[in-house]
Amino acid sequence: MTSTTNPRRPVALTGSRLRRSLALMGRGLRAQPWLYTWTIAVSGLAGVLTVEISTRLGRATDEVVVPALTGAPTTSATVWLGVAGLALVAILNAVAVAGRRIGAGMGYARLGAEHRRNLAHRYLELPVAWHRGRPTGRLLAHVSSDAEAATGVFNPLPFALGVALMLVVAAVRLVTVDPWLAAAAFAVLPAVMVVNAVFQRRMSPAVTEAQRLRGDVSDVAHESFSAALLVKSLGTEAREEARFARVADASRAANVQVGRVRAVFDPVIELLPSLGTLLVLGVGVWRASVGDVGAGDVVAAAYLLTLLAIPVRAFGWVLGELPRGLVGHERIAGVLDAPEEIVPGSGALAGSGPLGVRVEGVGLEVVGPDGPLTLLDDVTLDVAPGATVAVVGATGAGKSTLVALLARLSDPSRGTVRLGGTDVRSLAPEALAGAVAYVSQSTFVFEDSVRANVTLMDDDEPGAPSDEEIWDALERAHVADTVRALPDGLDARLGERGSNLSGGQRQRLAIARALVRRPRLLVLDDATSALDPRVERDILLGLGERGGPTVVIVAYRAASIALASSVVHVDAGRVVDVGTHAELLARDDGYARLATAYARETSRRADEAAAAGVEEDR
Amino acid sequence: MSVHEDRSPRAAVTDAAGRIATASSLGVLGTLRAGVRVSPELVTGIRLTLLLAVLAAIGRVVVPVAVQQSIDTGLLAEGGVDAGRVGVLVAAAALVLVLAGTCSALVNVRLVRRTEAGLATLRVKAFRHVHDLSVLSQDSERRGALVSRVTSDVDTISMFVQWGGIMLLVSTMQLTVATVLMAAYSWQLTLLVWACFVPLALVLPRLQRGVNRAFAEVRAAMGGVLGTVSEAVLGAETIRAHAAQARTRRRVDAAVAGHRDAQVRAQVRVASVFSGGMLVSNLVLVAVVVAGSFLGMAGEVSLGRLLAFLFLVQLFTGPVQLATEVLNELQNAVAGWRRVLAVLETPVTVADPPDGEVSPRGPATVELRGVSYAYPDGPTVLDAVDLTLPPRTRVAVVGRTGSGKTTLAKLVARLMDPSTGQILLDGTDLRRLRSASLRARVVLVPQEGFLFDGTLAENIAYGARDLAPGQDVRPLVEDAIVSLGLADWVADRPGGLDAPVGQRGEALSAGERQLVALARAYLAKADLLVLDEATSAVDPATEVRVARAFEQLAAGRSTVTIAHRLSTAEAADLVVVVDAGKVVEVGHHSELVASGGVYARMHEAWIAQTR
Repeated sequence: MTSTTNPRRPVALTGSRLRRSLALMGRGLRAQPWLYTWTIAVSGLAGVLTVEISTRLGRATDEVVVPALTGAPTTSATVWLGVAGLALVAILNAVAVAGRRIGAGMGYARLGAEHRRNLAHRYLELPVAWHRGRPTGRLLAHVSSDAEAATGVFNPLPFALGVALMLVVAAVRLVTVDPWLAAAAFAVLPAVMVVNAVFQRRMSPAVTEAQRLRGDVSDVAHESFSAALLVKSLGTEAREEARFARVADASRAANVQVGRVRAVFDPVIELLPSLGTLLVLGVGVWRASVGDVGAGDVVAAAYLLTLLAIPVRAFGWVLGELPRGLVGHERIAGVLDAPEEIVPGSGALAGSGPLGVRVEGVGLEVVGPDGPLTLLDDVTLDVAPGATVAVVGATGAGKSTLVALLARLSDPSRGTVRLGGTDVRSLAPEALAGAVAYVSQSTFVFEDSVRANVTLMDDDEPGAPSDEEIWDALERAHVADTVRALPDGLDARLGERGSNLSGGQRQRLAIARALVRRPRLLVLDDATSALDPRVERDILLGLGERGGPTVVIVAYRAASIALASSVVHVDAGRVVDVGTHAELLARDDGYARLATAYARETSRRADEAAAAGVEEDR
Repeated sequence: MSVHEDRSPRAAVTDAAGRIATASSLGVLGTLRAGVRVSPELVTGIRLTLLLAVLAAIGRVVVPVAVQQSIDTGLLAEGGVDAGRVGVLVAAAALVLVLAGTCSALVNVRLVRRTEAGLATLRVKAFRHVHDLSVLSQDSERRGALVSRVTSDVDTISMFVQWGGIMLLVSTMQLTVATVLMAAYSWQLTLLVWACFVPLALVLPRLQRGVNRAFAEVRAAMGGVLGTVSEAVLGAETIRAHAAQARTRRRVDAAVAGHRDAQVRAQVRVASVFSGGMLVSNLVLVAVVVAGSFLGMAGEVSLGRLLAFLFLVQLFTGPVQLATEVLNELQNAVAGWRRVLAVLETPVTVADPPDGEVSPRGPATVELRGVSYAYPDGPTVLDAVDLTLPPRTRVAVVGRTGSGKTTLAKLVARLMDPSTGQILLDGTDLRRLRSASLRARVVLVPQEGFLFDGTLAENIAYGARDLAPGQDVRPLVEDAIVSLGLADWVADRPGGLDAPVGQRGEALSAGERQLVALARAYLAKADLLVLDEATSAVDPATEVRVARAFEQLAAGRSTVTIAHRLSTAEAADLVVVVDAGKVVEVGHHSELVASGGVYARMHEAWIAQTR
């Protein structure tokens, strides 16, 4: 598989279906050359040994059994000798089969792991904007079911390649014995292929349909159970039952359709080798009557067919897996080949202390469902080092888009963003992350210890903050008391299976995560929404001590805005006005309206807090 | 937050009585019996199916018999090879094979039809039962887990019955018929074959358990992979903002490698078990050749019979190897069946009385007499509440978080039954009322109405009940829209009533979803509305609409609102103050503010904060 470090070569397969199928198999085999060389060799050996068993059985018949039964002179020594050879081959065969299966399993596991690793690494490289457009469920499905589908064909592939060798050996053997017998024995092969092809063609649409309807059953059940309270309060249980029964019945009918195809296919595919054996018997007896072959040859040929019954189907398994494999591979390629939108720079940031920010003529367009959409338009803005600036605007005005540029979570379509005079695009990711801390609206808590959640580093990593530094950050984020109250302190596990924090506590943890890095620019995108106004004020005021960072805050509350040295009013992707709160209130009508709405929101929260008897943040 | 927020954390973990068990405690046979009882379709026509299966199994021994006959009476016939006789034999055998194959196909089709019908029944019954369970039981499981009870758990049963079941049936028949035939050819060799396969059959299940464990590890490792990858995806922004990619990458790599190694370990086990079985059957073949030769020398067996035997041994290998996989499938199927049956075994605690009364329509009076409620094994949430809610009154229930106000509302809507005491609707105990009659009169409107993936009109129409067959619901929906003063809102929306609302109504704002819930409640035409007030922020225009729609909806009805804002209580006819499970104050806002109690203190806090 192509490595993600070389994005030039596309992962997607091109060309006809056959070409893509061959490329899919070829790439996998080339990715594990030694393993597959070995596995295919062992598989071939297993195939040859399978033929050998039937040959030796035939020879034993001629040299041991027939003489023994017909009273020709034979000794138990001959019997034992013939049999010892047979036993040896049987043991070798079993060992070779084990080797083949283990090799195939290892190949499958390694190729799947390669896909999963590449996908996960790619997820980490792709920009946040790419992630926003994609449901988590689908990205996880790429890692689980698509990776499995893309590699599924490698399970039967070594077997099938070994069988191919076995068939060649068997064909040569039989032809040297008697061409007629060989023709009779191999007549069954094309029949098996044709039946398999017909089966695949009928089966795949039926299976697709059944799979789709299975999804419908799951969707209806999920939706209906999610609506359980509504169903109960309106007493619509019978209506929901009828709705579910409809999809359940459609799914039943589709499953029966799949079952019918299989029901016919299975007996037919089992019938073919049996009919082949009878054919060999008929032809064999005719050839024996002519005197061209011995009884042993007939027995060996007939027995070979019963042994071939299963292996020949390996081709069918490979063919059956290929369509699914191509689809799975295509989906994975869609992620791995996604264009690199943010090219990291390599420069460092000079100086120390709070950073000045300069946004120059920045515009940003994205492609929406109804054509291009302008998110930011000709934005120019200056933030002095050490200042605290509030970005204010209605929902959808472009506030978050604007501040995300400062942390280079995305790049503008036009214009530049400079930190301390340096274009962010020229900075190495580590340099940027070391200087700028960005805290978003929603806080993600990792299933890990409090310590790891704050540092986002392993303990032994160079530059990992000490416990004192962590506690200091927790103190400044006003969450140290909460952590102290946890059973294991810094080692307490958080996340789904660990202690759960309230919305306000999570936000404060996220702020500690930013502060522990001692940023030179702190960007808070509505990151204090769940905090009590007093706590918020204390945190923000505390930042200014000890030569704190420049702060850019997206805020909705009059109290937060009051803490800012200046306010930027953003509307429809443009900067409307910049000034102090009082200045804007006096000269900017749009801003005055916003301020009134914020005041109303504040009083509503006070009302709810009083009713809930809550003193602390929610 | 939904209606469930008043449940204290302790109650959430300890509701043993309401919880849906992970699996039924029935044994294997008990599970199968119970399964058949729920889905009787599974065994209809089973006799004919079995008969056909016997006929199909006969087809399996045709080839060995044909080989024996051809060799003994054709190839090695007295006086040279008798090709004509072999021709007849082969043709006859082919005919029997085709007939047996047809029987086999019929068996498969019959099994598939019956099992799919039976399992569809099981699915629907379990689905309905989930809806009939109390909210407590429903909440005891995550939605996803409940969904899997009616989807993947049922699928494991169908996997077994259709694949495993057929295999089990055919294999058993095959073994039986092969043994009978082998015994007819040579009882000594039959004993030899059985002596070899019985130990294998005894050892295989144990080995299979090891394989199962290995695959369980693979599944767990996959869970680990998905866990770390989902962190990488969900935490994408955080990881980028703090340049934590390297650490996340290391974690993902470790999880992926762990999964890969678990897969390889499982494959090694499978390969050993499989090739071990293969080795045994190959060696049996050798043993048969040896023993057969000596028996032949002793004149006990003919060449044809011995060769037929070699083919018959092949009939043993398949079933014995398959049997272990089938047993594995059976275990999965029984486990799945138990999980589904556990749903059906969960008692419906808030049940529809079989001979319930019908409550006459009209203004609703609600009376609580000594009502207490405790979550199973949990603390008491409501304690001896006596309360009368007069008809056509707007009641607001207030109290701090965890006071029991939500429980009170749930009891009035009979989402739960009180532990002691009774709740009367116009003098009749709620538990005596027929469910349909109760739901016609009392409707609960949750904080955020659930929206189905459909159009706005479909979602509003969901509230309409007792429609005549074929009645057009559209005029009713339009009437509701106009009556609640929402016509301008609908007119402003692109696509109007026919615009899709998206999954869970994501195309609508939280406030707009509340409007849909109110319109639904309007169509339900209940006498008593129990409302859980929404707390999420709503834009000013929608807030005004919600308030106006609520006014219209409440006119002429009794309403009980779980108030999360004191301004709501201020506007109500009657305020009920709940504190620590008790009703501490009842009266009008102004009376309560004057009385200087709990409510007055809450009011003070409110005034202080807004100042």
